Amino acid sequence: MGELPTITSRPLIYVHKIPISKTRKFWDGIKEGRLFATKCRVCGKIYYPPQADCSQCLSSDMEWVEVPGEGVIETFAASYLKPQGFEDYPEPYIIAIASVEELGIRVMGLIRGVRPEDVHVGMRVRIRPCIGSDGYHVIFLEPTE
Amino acid sequence: MVDVRRVAVVGVGNSRFGRRHDVLVQELAFEAVKEAVEDAGISLDDVELSVVGCVGTRMYEAMPAVPVNEYVGLAGKGPIRVEAACASGSAAVFTAYNCIASGMVDTAIAIGVEKMCEVDTATSTAVGGRAGNYLWEFHMFGTSFACYYAFYATAHMARFGTTEEQMAMVAVKNHKYGAMNPKAHFRKEVTVEDVLKSRVICWPLKLLDCCPISDGAAAVILASEDKVRELGVQDPIWIAGIGYSSDTSNLTRRADYVGLLSTVRAAEMAYKMAGVGPGDIDVAEVHDCFTIAEIMAYEDLGFCKKGEGGRLIEEGQTDIGGKIPVNLDGGLKAKGHPLAATGCSMIYELVKQLRNEAGRRQAPMKKYVALAHNVGGTGHFAYVTILKR
Repeated sequence: MGELPTITSRPLIYVHKIPISKTRKFWDGIKEGRLFATKCRVCGKIYYPPQADCSQCLSSDMEWVEVPGEGVIETFAASYLKPQGFEDYPEPYIIAIASVEELGIRVMGLIRGVRPEDVHVGMRVRIRPCIGSDGYHVIFLEPTE
Repeated sequence: MVDVRRVAVVGVGNSRFGRRHDVLVQELAFEAVKEAVEDAGISLDDVELSVVGCVGTRMYEAMPAVPVNEYVGLAGKGPIRVEAACASGSAAVFTAYNCIASGMVDTAIAIGVEKMCEVDTATSTAVGGRAGNYLWEFHMFGTSFACYYAFYATAHMARFGTTEEQMAMVAVKNHKYGAMNPKAHFRKEVTVEDVLKSRVICWPLKLLDCCPISDGAAAVILASEDKVRELGVQDPIWIAGIGYSSDTSNLTRRADYVGLLSTVRAAEMAYKMAGVGPGDIDVAEVHDCFTIAEIMAYEDLGFCKKGEGGRLIEEGQTDIGGKIPVNLDGGLKAKGHPLAATGCSMIYELVKQLRNEAGRRQAPMKKYVALAHNVGGTGHFAYVTILKR
């Protein structure tokens, strides 16, 4: 790269305003350390991440249900690659998907408190939603074994 | 199945893949289109419709279909721009196929083109991470595309005992063929040890488990049976079956992490339409954006049972001389993966194989049936296309 001649484009910076009116309880819940899913009052389907409309029966009659605080790791990955916007993340950062059996859902989160080599499929984790040190909403998964 | 017209591939073209700082997107597409038109032995006037597959999110030209179409001499004939993440090329072929099968036009060209190297790796990773569900996954946790496939690799290893060595063998095989392909991005062989020792990108995936970030273009010209006769095309390759499917944008909502349901569904549809099964395929192109993806593809396409993909590569069954040779052009892994170019490039390779024009990389042909499997995102889209000579 760099050997062939190029010219530089005009910069284009995108920063979006993301509407959260219909999922506000989820975002507020994270600030209080609580995690919420939604449940369709018509057909009973539970959605996590939460959604305001039911993709199964097309109802918009939904209620909030709190996600229990524990799950089991189903899979994980330790990333040494930092996308633009995640420069302050540790190297590596570990992302995992944990199943929450009581609701039949899965929660994605960042593993905290252990080294990558100590994480394994089937590990029990505590689910800790919060506002991260970078100011963004985040969910940590803390191994309890 | 409704009564549709038969459609053949009459010409294919493929640019050199790699870091193509020497060309604009339209200049890159030109290389593929020119070769395809010459290969078909027709003139541009014979092409009625252009379908341009492009993801385009890493390029300075964000809406490239019209500039590309103008530059390759097809202004006025479409273009229809299609996007299905890494399967955009197959979506373009699918669209062109349907426009002919339905009787709307007699000839169409599917152009897949992508420039990925105009931005730096951190930007490319952030754009690629948006190929799932931005808000609920990338925004909150920084899930890169490598990370999504690492989830599948971790789960496949835990469930079936698939090893990092077996994944490395996919890279070794595909680099071997990439080294023989003058159009490939990587033309260097690697060893299992090289792969295992390469730096970790997203555990369990190492650098050499991952396809490169590449620029490239490929084009496929399709025609109806009547037009094939009228043009006097000597050796048409027929599209015998096409299947398509998709899955949830949220990875947390998938059935499991050991296979891609969208691939299973698309394959079922394509096999049924073509009236063939996995045992009839002489050669296949599968979506090996990461080595684990090729192992899962063997299983999801029915080349072996679920969980036995690691053993299939280890036994050499997907090499020339094995049960079913796979990715003899180097695959995404070594040839490169310029997103939308990939689907059209798979058809390019299979047409060469079916015509017995692949030289040292030629698979032995028994039934002259070939299969292309192209995934968008991490099973977010899947297309399976079956060709017959």
